[in-house]
Amino acid sequence: MNITQSLFESEHICLGPINYDKDPEIEARWSEDADYLLMVGLEPARLTSPAQIKKKYEAIEKRQEEDKDLFFFTIRMRADDRLIGFARLEWIDWSNGCGYVSLGIGDPNDRNRGYGTETLRLLLRFAFDELNLHRLTALIPEYNAAGLRLFTKAGFVEEVRRRQAVNRLGRRWDLLHLGILRDEWEAQRAPNESTRERLTSF
Amino acid sequence: MMNDLFRGELTRLAAVDAEKMSKAWERWNRDVLFRRLLDNEPPTLWSAKKIQQWIEKELERGDQRFSFSIYPLDSERLIGFVELNVASWQHGNAWVGIGIGEREDWNKGYGTDAMRLVLRYAFDELDLYRVSLGVFAYNPRAIRSYQKAGFVIEGRERGALLRDGERSDVLVMGILHSEWEAQQGAMQEASGG
Ligand SMILES: CC(C)(COP(=O)(O)OP(=O)(O)OC[C@H]1O[C@@H](n2cnc3c(N)ncnc32)[C@H](O)[C@@H]1OP(=O)(O)O)[C@@H](O)C(=O)NCCC(=O)NCCS
Repeated sequence: MNITQSLFESEHICLGPINYDKDPEIEARWSEDADYLLMVGLEPARLTSPAQIKKKYEAIEKRQEEDKDLFFFTIRMRADDRLIGFARLEWIDWSNGCGYVSLGIGDPNDRNRGYGTETLRLLLRFAFDELNLHRLTALIPEYNAAGLRLFTKAGFVEEVRRRQAVNRLGRRWDLLHLGILRDEWEAQRAPNESTRERLTSF
Repeated sequence: MMNDLFRGELTRLAAVDAEKMSKAWERWNRDVLFRRLLDNEPPTLWSAKKIQQWIEKELERGDQRFSFSIYPLDSERLIGFVELNVASWQHGNAWVGIGIGEREDWNKGYGTDAMRLVLRYAFDELDLYRVSLGVFAYNPRAIRSYQKAGFVIEGRERGALLRDGERSDVLVMGILHSEWEAQQGAMQEASGG
């Protein structure tokens, strides 16, 4: 055990809380970006004003408090606390140790720089070391090549292919369920992070 | 043609009567095998009163959810429920859940027949594109029944259940509108119609 090892920071980014003063304006801009919306969810694209976004944040925080099945994070640059995206662990099934993971990086200029990979690494550590889950699932439409690569690189494997479940861009696409088990995550984490190392270092 | 949409070969679907349904659930809940086949939550032993309130609330959830009671044809004995949840109209997707409450009613073809009725409703009436369901790997009866109704296995979430200290998989099954139509055509040909 090493309780000083940070759960929320990695090299360039960190997980943080919502900032009600600054974040709504930024997310409102992202809501105009069709590519971003295509990748972050299966909901219909919807233009959202900063005021509506504030309400959405309130609903998220209410659900976190009441249902206890959601952990919501903003993704921020460590250097200046700038908002770059959102991450969630949700629909947590405590008795079976399962949850779902998702994340999105809002500005195209912040994509393909490894921030998603850093974020996912923090989320996995939080899910397995802190929440003590047994497995995580990510739902990704087959057209989201960057998403598939991100999760596959982190050790997720395809478990389910819901055929033609997504209706987008004028055609049907499969929806993939990618899964990772706790064992698989432990086996592939860096040796100096492994539980055994940390235990014997006492 | 009257009523045809909700009458099958062995069963008929009817509206949910919250009082009748809650009394049935009060009994079914006490069979832990039923509950452990049905879903992944810890079984609860709610009173009929509490269940009724819950059912009434659920019935108000509106146009995303279609709940039915299952009766044998020409009988007033409530034997189960089936429920279609539309996850998205935009994508034409729904999830279905079904249960026949009493063990002596299992393996008599009721479940498969009621599922066929719900699929007909999902595709002919709601014009959905596909229907999905989740089923536990340790429930071969249900898997077989869904296959008979036309579902195919689309994958398995490994170890998603923990019961009596053992991990089991959850299978996801699906059926497309087009597959269902092809199956109707084939059945009509087989019956010479
Ligand atoms: C699942 C359920 C809805 C199916 O309905 P049903 O009326 O019992 O099913 P049917 O009689 O139509 O079909 C069952 C089929 O499974 C077969 N079967 C039964 N036990 C089996 C087993 N151990 N292995 C393989 N097949 C089995 C039967 O032989 C039959 O197939 P056949 O017609 O080819 O012989 C019902 O059994 C039920 O509610 N069970 C308890 C709750 C539950 O499991 N709900 C589903 C959660 S996903």
